[in-house]
Amino acid sequence: MSSEWPLWEIFIRGQHGLNHRHVGSLHAPDAEMAIRHARDVYTRRNEGVSIWAVKSDDIVASAPSEKGPLFDPSNSKVYRHPTFFDIPDEAGHM
Amino acid sequence: MYAQMVKTEAKRLKSREEMTPEEAAFQDRIEAGEKIEPKDWMPEGYRRTLIRQIGQHAHSEIVGQLPEGNWITRAPTLERKAILLAKVQDEAGHGLYLYSAAETLGVSRDALIAKLHDGSMKYSSIFNYPTLTWADIGAVGWLVDGAAIMNQVPLQRTSYGPYSRAMIRICKEESFHQRQGYDILIKMCLKGTPAQKAMAQDALNRFWYPSLMMFGPSDKDSVHSAQSMAWKIKINTNDELRQKFVDQTVPQAEYLGLTVPDPDLKWNEDKGGYDFTEPDWEEFYAVLAGNGPCNRERMAARVTAWEDGAWFREGLMAHARKAAKRGVAAE
Repeated sequence: MSSEWPLWEIFIRGQHGLNHRHVGSLHAPDAEMAIRHARDVYTRRNEGVSIWAVKSDDIVASAPSEKGPLFDPSNSKVYRHPTFFDIPDEAGHM
Repeated sequence: MYAQMVKTEAKRLKSREEMTPEEAAFQDRIEAGEKIEPKDWMPEGYRRTLIRQIGQHAHSEIVGQLPEGNWITRAPTLERKAILLAKVQDEAGHGLYLYSAAETLGVSRDALIAKLHDGSMKYSSIFNYPTLTWADIGAVGWLVDGAAIMNQVPLQRTSYGPYSRAMIRICKEESFHQRQGYDILIKMCLKGTPAQKAMAQDALNRFWYPSLMMFGPSDKDSVHSAQSMAWKIKINTNDELRQKFVDQTVPQAEYLGLTVPDPDLKWNEDKGGYDFTEPDWEEFYAVLAGNGPCNRERMAARVTAWEDGAWFREGLMAHARKAAKRGVAAE
């Protein structure tokens, strides 16, 4: 049996209450060691206050070939942005 | 550089007419500045060249720990020791970022490490030189990390997404490495004894040409470089980077009161840069072929560390498998 440690994806939340962000991956035998390694590898300069580790095998991703069908439909829906609407200056700040 | 003389398998660059529709669409994406991501279609040559280049780069980070590790127990003060430890730990991290980037291309880290150990993959020639004195640690940070930064800053814009992101992270951390080296030399040259300054001069004498070699021989006529540049996995020619490095480094040597060991070094007003003597390329090829001062020692240290750690890696994996089984049984 292979002794290569499985791959984990690491997500870190920084100081200011933002979302956890993907920062990279690493090898670790189990979840506990994944967190320890993530601390050593990805927070050496105070980058975070919280770590998530997810086995890479458990990540489900959209396929590049579906890029068009998935994301093109939102191109034509400019009214979803507030700048689509002209508000007269007289109406004041909105 | 940290990756030297990476071959692309290209005999010559394909013209637009010779490309398949997929290859042409791929080249369009690169030229439009789009990033290529792991699951995207890519030419087999692009994938294999990147594995070689990123793998060699990762190996250099890891082997690069060895010459500096030599001084962790010998650093002159506790503060210098802590700083050097932090730097060497960073190098391990940089190796990991790069191995991870290579793994997105479908190769395992263990397979890459096996190729390093059996000699079929290389690491940068520079790490086959010994670090004989404390001043060498200063020179390595200043010159070797300085040359690495010269190469890595443009690579942040490389076309392969995971490689580019690894480079961005590495560059953020790397300037500490160069500064800590220069700081060691400031202390020795400007605040030290004449013997310490002489030690710094000796370090510069030994590391100057090996540092120039890091960029690799001139590749202005190389089809591999042309292919890599078309793919944006190489941004500048070796000569451009070497020139930039010399122009940046000479004034820093002057500030320290050190003499660059090149009697023909002089400012060339017309080109706006220094004229300088090329390193001895025979020596470079000999080092790459395994005959530098420390090649055998470096590989022996790597292989011993890998083999001595096997029981530990396997033990943790066996523990994890057992615990997982128990977890399933308990549910």
